[in-house]
Amino acid sequence: MRTIIKYVLLDLLKNKTIIVYTIILAALSVSVLSMGSNATKGLLSLLNITLLFVPIISILFSTIYFFNSIEFTELLLAQPIKRKTMLLASYTGVAFALGIAYIIGIGVPVCIFSYGPAALTLIISGLFLSLIFSALALLIFVLFKDKTKGIGAAIIIALFFTLLFDGLLLSFIYSFSDYPIEKPLLGMISLNPVDLGRILVLLQLDVAVMMGYSGALFKKFLGSATGSIYVFACMMFWIVIPLFLSVRKFRKKDL
Amino acid sequence: MNSILAFTFLTLYLCLPGKVCYASNLKVYATANSIRNAIAAAHKGDTLFIQSGVYKEHDIVVTTKITIIGIGYPVIDAENKYQGFIISADSVTIQGLQIQNTGRASTTDIAGIKIINARFVTIRNNKLTDNTYGVYLQNVSYCYVFNNIIQSRSTSEINNGNGVHAWKSDHLLVKGNTCTGQRDGIYFEFVTDSHIEDNNSYSNLRYGLHFMFSHDDTYTHNIFKDNGAGVAVMYSHGVIMKDNEFIHNWGDASYGLLLKEITDSKIEHNHFLKNTVGIHMEGTTRVDVKHCLFEDNGWALRVQASCSGSNFMENNFIGNSFDVATNGTLMLNFFNHNYWDKYDGYDLDKNNIGDVPYYPVSVYSVVTEKIPDAMILYHSFLTDIMDKVEKVLPTMIPDKLKDDNPMMKKLKL
Amino acid sequence: MISIEHLTKSYGKFKALDDISLNFERGQTISLLGPNGSGKTTLIKSILGLVIPEQGIIRINGTEIKTQFAYRSQIGYMPQIGRYPDNMTVGQVINMLKEIRKDCKQYDEELIHGLGIPGFLNKTMRSLSGGTRQKVSACLAFLFSPDIFILDEPTAGLDPVSSEFLKDKIAKERANGKLILITSHVLSDVEDITSHIVYLQDGHLMFYKTVEELRQQTGEEKLNKVIASIMQKEMPKTIYAQ
Repeated sequence: MRTIIKYVLLDLLKNKTIIVYTIILAALSVSVLSMGSNATKGLLSLLNITLLFVPIISILFSTIYFFNSIEFTELLLAQPIKRKTMLLASYTGVAFALGIAYIIGIGVPVCIFSYGPAALTLIISGLFLSLIFSALALLIFVLFKDKTKGIGAAIIIALFFTLLFDGLLLSFIYSFSDYPIEKPLLGMISLNPVDLGRILVLLQLDVAVMMGYSGALFKKFLGSATGSIYVFACMMFWIVIPLFLSVRKFRKKDL
Repeated sequence: MNSILAFTFLTLYLCLPGKVCYASNLKVYATANSIRNAIAAAHKGDTLFIQSGVYKEHDIVVTTKITIIGIGYPVIDAENKYQGFIISADSVTIQGLQIQNTGRASTTDIAGIKIINARFVTIRNNKLTDNTYGVYLQNVSYCYVFNNIIQSRSTSEINNGNGVHAWKSDHLLVKGNTCTGQRDGIYFEFVTDSHIEDNNSYSNLRYGLHFMFSHDDTYTHNIFKDNGAGVAVMYSHGVIMKDNEFIHNWGDASYGLLLKEITDSKIEHNHFLKNTVGIHMEGTTRVDVKHCLFEDNGWALRVQASCSGSNFMENNFIGNSFDVATNGTLMLNFFNHNYWDKYDGYDLDKNNIGDVPYYPVSVYSVVTEKIPDAMILYHSFLTDIMDKVEKVLPTMIPDKLKDDNPMMKKLKL
Repeated sequence: MISIEHLTKSYGKFKALDDISLNFERGQTISLLGPNGSGKTTLIKSILGLVIPEQGIIRINGTEIKTQFAYRSQIGYMPQIGRYPDNMTVGQVINMLKEIRKDCKQYDEELIHGLGIPGFLNKTMRSLSGGTRQKVSACLAFLFSPDIFILDEPTAGLDPVSSEFLKDKIAKERANGKLILITSHVLSDVEDITSHIVYLQDGHLMFYKTVEELRQQTGEEKLNKVIASIMQKEMPKTIYAQ
C-alpha cells in the first residue's frame, strides 16, 4: 500500500494541474492577505475561495485522474494486490496531493500573514473538503464505467454541494419558517460538508456574532466544544462513508 | 444657549471664590469622622482641603454651600456598606477625591456622590471606584460633572449601578468623564437641555449611554466602545448627536446606537466602527443621519418599517456585511448622496455621482430579516449568487429603498 | 494449470462469454483468436480477476481464484494498451513494480536489456511513444519470471526487431515449461510460437485445437490460410445457428 501511495504521489506532485492549482491558490491568498489590513476580512475571502474552488477542483481532478489511470490500475491489479488496497492507496495518493497543494497554497500564506485559531480552522476545513471531495470522486469512479459520465456526475455533485443544497435548504427554511426548525436545520447542515466547513470557520471569526444574532442555537451548539467535535465527526463520516461504499462496490467492479 | 450661559457663569463663579464671598479655608486630616465634623462646622462658602489619607467615612451629608477639595486624592472608603456623599445644597463643589466601595443594595440607589434637589453643583476630577452608582443626580439643575474617572469591577448587571446617573434634571453638563465597568456608563431619564461631551464610556456591562424621555439634549465628542449592548436612545425628541464614536459594540444583542421612538433629531459626523449593528432604528420620525461613517459593521443600518421621514445623506458605508436591513417593503425614509463601497455602477458624465441608483438592501438581508434562521447560510456561495441575480432582476427588495445619487468616491467627512 | 469450467459473463444483454470450458497446461502457447468483441479480452481479464464472471469456475493449479489475489504472483500480464502515470519515469515504474513484488528476489531482466530499456530509464512515460511503452509493458510481464504469461496483443506496435526478440523470449519460456496465453490479430506474428489455438466468436468457443491438428484438418500450412479455411466452413454454421 505504502509503495503505491509513494509512487502515486511522486507522479502527482509533478502533475501540471496540481502545480497550477497550488500556484493559483497561493497567488490568491497572498494577494488577499497582503492587500487588506483586516485579518478577518482576508480570512473570510479565503474561506469563500476555499468553499468555491476546493470542492470542485478536488472532485473534478480526482475523477479525471482515477479514470485516466484505469489501465495502470488494471496492470497493478494483475499483480498480487488486493483490490481494496489498490483503491485505498490510489485514493490516499490523490487526497494527499490535493491536501499538500492546499496546505502550500492557502495554509502557508495564512500561517504567515494571520496565524490564529481561525486560520487553523480554515486550513483544517480546506483539508477536510479536499479529502471529502476526492473520496466522492473515488465513489464516482467506482460507480460509473464511462469517463464522460463520471465527469458529468462530478460536476453535478460539486454544484449540488456548493449551490443547490443551500438553495434547497433555503426553500426549506422558507416553507417551514413558522415552525421551530433550528434543530432540524442543524441536522440538515450536517448533510453538506461545504456548509459544515463554512460554519466551522465562521464560528472562529468574530462575524459568528451575526449568526448568533438571529439563531442563538447555531452558535451555542456549534460554537461549543461538543459542537466542534460533532462537526469533525460529520466531516469524518463524509470521508469514511464514500470510501467504504467505494471499496464495497469496487469488489464487484469489472475493469 | 441658555445652558451655555449658565455654565459660563458657573465657571466664573468657581474660579473666583474669594472675590465673590468671604470664606475661610480649612484643612482636614484623616482622623475619625474628621470630614463629617469639618462639614458640620463649616460655614456657607467655606473651602475644606481634605489631606491625603484614608477616611473611613460614609453618608457624608452636605447641606450648606461649601467647596471640598482633595489634596493628593484622599480616599473616602464606604466599606462596602454605605453611601459616600449626599449633597442637597446648591453650589457645592467636590473635587479631587477618591470615593470607593459603597455598599450594594437593591432597595435604595447607593452612590459615591449623590446630589438631590440642588443647583449649581460641581463634581470635578474625582475618582469613583467600585461604587454601585458613581455620580447620582436626582432632580437637579445646572450641575457640572467633569473629568471624573468612574469605574467598577463588578460583573453582575443586577448588583451594579450606572456611572453617571441623572433623573428628572435639566441643564446638566457631563463632560470629560471616563465610565467603565458600570451597568450603564451614563444614564439619563427625564433630563432635558443638557450636554454630554468628551466622555469615554467603555466596557460597561449594558449600555455605554442609556437615555430615555430626555429631550433637547446634545451629545458630542463622546466615545462609546466595547459596551455590552452599545448605546440606547429612546422616547425622546430634539436629540443632537455629533462627532461621537461608536466602536466595537460587538455581541449577539449589541448595537452601536439603538434609536427607539425618537423624533426630530440629528445624528451627524459620528463614526460607527465594527458594531454588530451600526444604528438600529425603531419608530423614529424625522431623524437625520448625515456625514457619518459606517465601517466594518455587521449591519450598518437596521431601519424598521415603523420609521419615517428620516434622511440618510452624505454618509460613507465601507466594509459592512450588510449596508441596510429592513423588515418591511414600504420605505418612508430617504437615502441620498451616500458613498457605498459595494456600489458597482458607472459615472459616464463624470460628475462623481453614479448614474444608476444603488439599492442598499441585499436580498439575503431581506430573507434573514424575515427568517432569522436563514443566517445559517451566511457567507455561502448561494447568498452571493442570490444578491447578484437580484441586482439584475429585482423582485424581493423594497424598490423605494434606494440611493438615486450614490457617490463614486468616499466623502470627506 | 488453468482450468475453466462453464465460464459465463454478460454485460447487460450482451453475452461476452457464454459457457466456456477450457484447460491449459504447462508448456503450451495458446493463441486466443477471434474477431473484435468476441470475448478474448474478457476471458483474459476473468483469469486475472479483473472481470468478475457471473457463472463458472476458474482454477489455477487446482485452486479456485474467486476473491483470491495471491495467485496473481504466478502470472505475468502484458496489457493491450500500456498507459502509465504521465509523470513517472520508466525507472520509477520498474522500481514500483519491484517494490510491490517484494516476494520476488530474482528478476528476469533479459527483455529490459534486449529491448534497450536502460536507454530511457529517466524519461517520463508521457514522453514515450506507443511502441516504447509497449516494450516497458513486455518487460514488466517477464520481470518476475512467472509460470503463466498473459500477453494481450504483445507485438502490436513493436518494431520488427523487438517483435522478433519478444517472440524468441516467448519460445524460450515455453521451452522452460511455462504456459503462455496470447491474443493477437496478426496471425503471422503468432505463427511460429503458438502450439494451440482457441477461437472465440460472439462469446462462444468455436474450437480449441493444436496447430498440428488444424493443419491436418485443413491441409494448409500457413496459419492465416488455416484459419481462413476453417472460417469458410464454420461461418455458415454459426450464422445459421444464430
